[in-house]
Amino acid sequence: MADFSLKIDPDRIATIIWDCPQKPFNILNFEAIKLLDSLIDKILLDENIIGAVITSAKPDFAAGMDLKVLADLKKLNGDNPAKGLFEGFMQMHSIMRKIERAGMDPKTNKGGKPIVTVLPGTALGIGLEIPLCTHRIFAANNDKAKIGLPEIKVGIFPGAGGTTRLVRKLGIFGASEFLLEGKTLDPMRAKSAGLIDEVSATPMADAKAWIMAASDPDIVKPWDQKGYKLPGGAPYTPSGFMTFVGASAMVNGKTMGAYPATKALMSAVYEGSLVPFDTALRIEARWFTNIVMNPSSSAMIRSLFISKGALEKGAVRPKNVPDQSVRIIGILGAGMMGAGIALVAAQAGIEVVLVDQDQNSANKGKEYSEKYLTDGIKRGKISEKIREKTLNRIIATDDYTKLADADLVIEAVFEDTKVKSDVTKAAVEVIHKDCIFASNTSTLPISELAKASKHPENYIGIHFFSPVEKMLLVEIIKGEKTESRAVAKALDFVRQIKKTPIVVNDARFFYANRCIIPYLNEGLRMITEGIPPSIIESAAKQLGFPLGPIQLVDETSIELGAKIARATKAAMGALYPNEQIDKILFWMEQEGRLGRKAGAGFFNYNEKGKREGFWKGLEEKYPLSTTIPTFEDVQHRLMFIQALEAVRALEEGVLMDIREGDVGAILGWGFAPWSGGPLSWLDILGTPYAAERCQALYETYGPRFECPPLLADMGKNNEAFYERFSP
Amino acid sequence: MKEVFIYDAVRTPRGKGRKDGSLHEVTALALSTTILNNIRERNDLDGNAVEDVIWGNVTQIGEQGACLARTAVLASELDESIPGISINRFCASGLEAVNLATNQIRGGAGNCYIAGGVESMSRVPMSSDGGAVAVDPSFTMNNYFVPQGISADLIATKYGFSRDHADELAVESQKRANIAWNESRFSRSIVPVKDVNGLTILEHDEYIRPDTDMQKLGALKAAFQDIGEGMPGFDKVALMKYPEIDKINHIHHAGNSSGIVDGAAGILIGDQEFGKALGLNPRAKIRATCKVGTEPTIMLTGPVPATNKILSDSGLKVNDIDLFEVNEAFASIVLMFEKAFKINHDKVNVNGGSIAMGHPLGATGAMILGTLLDELERQDKTMGLATLCVASGMGAATIIERV
Repeated sequence: MADFSLKIDPDRIATIIWDCPQKPFNILNFEAIKLLDSLIDKILLDENIIGAVITSAKPDFAAGMDLKVLADLKKLNGDNPAKGLFEGFMQMHSIMRKIERAGMDPKTNKGGKPIVTVLPGTALGIGLEIPLCTHRIFAANNDKAKIGLPEIKVGIFPGAGGTTRLVRKLGIFGASEFLLEGKTLDPMRAKSAGLIDEVSATPMADAKAWIMAASDPDIVKPWDQKGYKLPGGAPYTPSGFMTFVGASAMVNGKTMGAYPATKALMSAVYEGSLVPFDTALRIEARWFTNIVMNPSSSAMIRSLFISKGALEKGAVRPKNVPDQSVRIIGILGAGMMGAGIALVAAQAGIEVVLVDQDQNSANKGKEYSEKYLTDGIKRGKISEKIREKTLNRIIATDDYTKLADADLVIEAVFEDTKVKSDVTKAAVEVIHKDCIFASNTSTLPISELAKASKHPENYIGIHFFSPVEKMLLVEIIKGEKTESRAVAKALDFVRQIKKTPIVVNDARFFYANRCIIPYLNEGLRMITEGIPPSIIESAAKQLGFPLGPIQLVDETSIELGAKIARATKAAMGALYPNEQIDKILFWMEQEGRLGRKAGAGFFNYNEKGKREGFWKGLEEKYPLSTTIPTFEDVQHRLMFIQALEAVRALEEGVLMDIREGDVGAILGWGFAPWSGGPLSWLDILGTPYAAERCQALYETYGPRFECPPLLADMGKNNEAFYERFSP
Repeated sequence: MKEVFIYDAVRTPRGKGRKDGSLHEVTALALSTTILNNIRERNDLDGNAVEDVIWGNVTQIGEQGACLARTAVLASELDESIPGISINRFCASGLEAVNLATNQIRGGAGNCYIAGGVESMSRVPMSSDGGAVAVDPSFTMNNYFVPQGISADLIATKYGFSRDHADELAVESQKRANIAWNESRFSRSIVPVKDVNGLTILEHDEYIRPDTDMQKLGALKAAFQDIGEGMPGFDKVALMKYPEIDKINHIHHAGNSSGIVDGAAGILIGDQEFGKALGLNPRAKIRATCKVGTEPTIMLTGPVPATNKILSDSGLKVNDIDLFEVNEAFASIVLMFEKAFKINHDKVNVNGGSIAMGHPLGATGAMILGTLLDELERQDKTMGLATLCVASGMGAATIIERV
């Protein structure tokens, strides 16, 4: 069975049906596009056919290009991968251009056959680029459908004409949120944004009626007509000039210059807007080739598409454990984390028992969901009915016995072993013996906490990030005695709430905090060295971190930092390496500058809580040094301090799969997404250079940069993580 | 090396660069021919006495396009055997024209040039010629392009100049320009702009506001704060390049930045034989010329390295220079210059500058060189240095010595 098939109806309208065999959704590979090409030829040559509809036999139109093929393409094209890619993309352009021109006379624009698309559901990436080259796009009124060009999210941009067509259709302002942010819309919104043309309950009938009625001018694209002007103006027109000047500055500032794909996209758009359409497609292909050749795009595709998808589909789920989907969840502690978990669970259709020590506190936790859902209605995201249904799933109570029917209980109480033990013991008395019990601790060892449970084999760590409803990652921690059913339960729960899981072994700070805390500490350490804090923050942001280390300390609060420092010191004793950092942390604590929530931290804040520059007291206490390290050194310190921790976690068996190390870092704390994650980053650097570089950092900045034996060994053999630990 | 001299320097008055400015009705071509004809007449330049006209002009589009220099030669009373070339080194174009001419003569390519420039900012708006520098993402994103105003504010922030510092300098510029006009200090250079019938259109710099004071300037809104902090957010881009700075202090506004005006200026340059042949007396020797490239985001720091270079090339010290003309593109440029060389403001822009009288981009370099020479003569001093900051991170300087 082929990906595309052709059917010709008595009304003389041909239908190309997309139906990838043995796949739940359509994705495009290069074989399929050749087939599509031959079907288009057939339609254009057959005089009996008056027009064509391209549609899908599946509930959705298409999920996009087969990115795995794209990632491998450059390997498949011999010793000149750029040439192979470019020619491949140009071939694609010529096929799609053939659809767009539909056999019409190049001079008179007459005699073409109308070709339209009917979208039963989602149309993403190439799944929208193909429709964009047809003459009219009809979508079913399916509010679950997503329509857009999300390529930028995995480090590339629409390279099958989507960039050139959308900019010419909507202008750079109109196209920007789709191309630069990868925004997707449901059909109704996509229609008002101008992405598609029609939404109805009978898209196929409407499409055919349109074909019947279409005359020559109806199927000529604006950019193929005389006198076409780019909406909003081309770069060197009075109306377009300032727009283009502003656009590159705005994009540069927003992305902090960290994403090669954004820059390539901007160049393709700018250069393309100055030349005729076909030349613009060629320029798009050149920049697209350039970005596919950039190691950043392969790393991003691998981590954010392939690995992320695999983890969400249960790549690390224990086999042979039957489905563990959660029906009723108990949540202990209705504070910020507990309330957030209750919300996402209820949204996923799970019954929630939200318990706190008194009814009032429990109610407050539920109010969090109420407020969130009410805001959702205001923003037009959900209906009143959905809000009621979701809220009705949450029972707020101070009565532990209500946990009796829960099949998963998560405690999210105060981060203290004693407090956690107490609630665990109380809950264990009432819960079912098969109930899996989880702790949402971010720092406390799971095997220790498990001691409070009667069934340590059913005890597990499920570490959510804050705010729960926004953060995409969930870190699952196996204690010494945790058994596979508990792991499967946690994974199935994470799948239900549509987040991405990683599973790690129990060790101090697990994986995420093990990397984040040194990142924060390195930032603080640099302040004590007299490096201007603005350099530290800028270095991090220009690496693509959403927050610099100093701002992150303010956000997570200095109180919490100091608390973790004290606990760590108590646990580590003489081996404790962070005296220098504690000095600044404890000093800030004494000064009462506890972070953003306190309205004063390393930054000043106004009444509205907006940051207003660094606190001047900082510079008085730590005068600026006369010898500032290079910007690259500052950036490498911030990167290596995390990447080396990831290597050590892998070395020690805390990380069991490198994919989890990379995906976890990007989704968990925004680790330089362009790099594909810390281990991908080391691969991009090349392990020999990475090992050499940490040796240099070690000599200048101290033993925390000591090259882990694993990396040293890999460097010696010039081995990549994605070779040696390839999943 | 052949010595090169200035024989004459003329300029038009500067008209407000707006639709209601006096020179808005005058074409850039007419402004140019006014200068060329005056130089020709004042110095009896017949036939091919002049090797070439090097004409600075920034926005070379519309009526300023297609080598305005050549059109101006043909439209003037100069002989058609003199070719004419338009050049663009942004704000230093007028000075660069002089420097290029000087070095042509030094190298033996002819013995007399007219060098100068023109800009009708009211008729051909700034930036209307586009330019990849501001628009092409392959350049702007990797080179952190920001507009000049942001760069000027960045300089102020980096070197610690407050709004008051800048406003004081602006008030002083207005005061000095007013005195200079009251005492007719520009009379040797100024040629009025006249219409086809010989009726005068403008004979004085009309941009000056002698009543400017700190209070009036204090009421003005910082001009670049919105585009810096709001949309599209140029500050963020500048600070990617200057991460040591936490926040840009936006101190510049319409009153302490150079004015947008129309005008033209020209300088007659030749070697000794040229002067002898025509019976002209040299007014000053051109001691040295120089141009530099600098970091383009902060963009406007050029006058400092240009001055360092020209002093070192010519074997002179700062103290050897009696008077300075540092183009007042923005107040912070002059403040930075004075701070770098520890020069008292008494020696700098003594007759006011572009803040008071305006900055007709392509012409300014030639204008301030003429003003410098006039003032050296008035004060009977010897050595003068003129310098300008230049867009895209450049700078230019010229040292002249009276003979």
